[in-house]
Amino acid sequence: MAKITFVQPDGSQQTVEAKPGMTVMEAAKLNDVAGIEAECGGACACATCHIYVDAAWRDKTGKPAEMEEDMLDFAFDVREESRLCCQIKVTDALEGLTIRVPAKQF
Amino acid sequence: MAPENGATAGGDPGRDGQGFGTGEITTDVVIIGAGPVGLFAVFELGLLDIKCHVVDILGKVGGQCAELYPEKPIYDIPGLPVVTGQELTDRLMEQIKPFGATFHLGERVDALERLPDGRFALSTDIGSRFNTRVVVIAAGGGSFTPKRPPLDGIEAFEGQSVHYSVRRMEDLRGKDVLIVGGGDSALDWTLNLAPLANSLTLLHRRDEFRGAPHSVERMRALVGEGKVRLMIGQVTALDGVGGQLSAVTIKTKDGDEHVPVTALLPFFGLTMKLGPIASWGLNLDENLIPADTAKFETSEPGIFAIGDINTYPGKLKLILSGFHEAALMAQQAHRYVHPGKKLLFQYTTSSSNLQKKLGVR
Ligand SMILES: Cc1cc2nc3c(=O)[nH]c(=O)nc-3n(C[C@H](O)[C@H](O)[C@H](O)COP(=O)(O)OP(=O)(O)OC[C@H]3O[C@@H](n4cnc5c(N)ncnc54)[C@H](O)[C@@H]3O)c2cc1C
Ligand code: FES
Repeated sequence: MAKITFVQPDGSQQTVEAKPGMTVMEAAKLNDVAGIEAECGGACACATCHIYVDAAWRDKTGKPAEMEEDMLDFAFDVREESRLCCQIKVTDALEGLTIRVPAKQF
Repeated sequence: MAPENGATAGGDPGRDGQGFGTGEITTDVVIIGAGPVGLFAVFELGLLDIKCHVVDILGKVGGQCAELYPEKPIYDIPGLPVVTGQELTDRLMEQIKPFGATFHLGERVDALERLPDGRFALSTDIGSRFNTRVVVIAAGGGSFTPKRPPLDGIEAFEGQSVHYSVRRMEDLRGKDVLIVGGGDSALDWTLNLAPLANSLTLLHRRDEFRGAPHSVERMRALVGEGKVRLMIGQVTALDGVGGQLSAVTIKTKDGDEHVPVTALLPFFGLTMKLGPIASWGLNLDENLIPADTAKFETSEPGIFAIGDINTYPGKLKLILSGFHEAALMAQQAHRYVHPGKKLLFQYTTSSSNLQKKLGVR
């Protein structure tokens, strides 16, 4: 199990338990985290699961693959720290991960 | 496989609206939506000697499968252990070929009303008109519509100085044009509009483009010649009065820049919106159309709803559910189209009659 904390634009926080093997998006949806729509159900085809990964965690979560970069073109307010959270697999190494939810999905 | 095309279809994303409507067409069935379920409805209706016209706002057939995940695998189509969205679309087109449906692509059905004689009148955004006995709504999640960037106040500029498609290039002559995006639409319009515009800026979030390599090359050449300005960044605010844009704020890695812009063309792909269906007087349940599970007819006799657009107890938004719904819909549609004609239950395996229709005998 890994604990993942989602920080909303207003600063409010929600920490959820995620099982290794699931995606961060699935962990968010299972716990009704606000602001993550995930319209395509994790197929990297909608960009409505856009989030920001804190700098300290970027080594562990890795870089977006080319398909994810292409899909990030369809997200709003994309930054260095942008990811599509359906493309981040939960591992034990992500224990304590902090993720920021953007103000708007497209 | 290229479908028969009733109108000029647009490219990515969606349409550029250069089509002209066809005059009034009288038919048995109009299917609204050429997603997998609308396509399979052509098959089930065809087996019962019912001819169809199919309308879709996309410039291609296949609905979500072709637009949202053409290259991704689907694992739950019975009998096909794995098939991509585009392959499934191509196979459906092959399967329905014997029935010669007519496709009207790049057109949105805007109006649907019942005529005094019980038939239906349908019309599209570019003026095609249909007079039909039966309407099959296979509209999925609704019309594919360009995505609107969530910028404050953007609605006020839409139509006048923010455009999601280009209807007439001439309208952009002499404008300070800002095109946003990194795919083929953004690149194509950059190439097309650069000679016309007073100034043209192409803005993308990164210095890499998804579009066709030769378009990228041509764009870079124009940038080299100073005819196009390429910026890497994102729009964060719009400025202007009375629907007329005058400038936008662009966030780049070196800070904010205020750029004079009188026409903004954002190309962020397509999303599904219910659209005109909401105004057809049908019962709706959270943007879905309730249908009965014996015939998949709506509250309006003669109007059916199949696939992702319908709802009923136990509904699953799966392609295979939509296929089943299409088969039962066709039985009831037959009663309207061929009243008094007896329907014999037949298998395609053994019925020489069905095999003749399929062209395999
Ligand atoms: C990424 C992703 C993966 C998926 N994976 C699977 C899977 O593995 N298995 C599975 O069974 N399902 C899957 N689905 C769901 C499946 O794609 C849908 O259930 C299916 O596409 C529904 O088909 P449909 O024909 O009802 O509607 P759609 O495919 O949504 O097509 C509807 C069409 O109607 C058109 N339309 C709507 N209104 C109008 C109008 N007024 N005028 C003109 N045209 C109109 C739209 O433009 C659209 O092209 C997936 C979906 C996505 C997004
Ligand atoms: S859920 Fe659609 S891209 Fe992640």
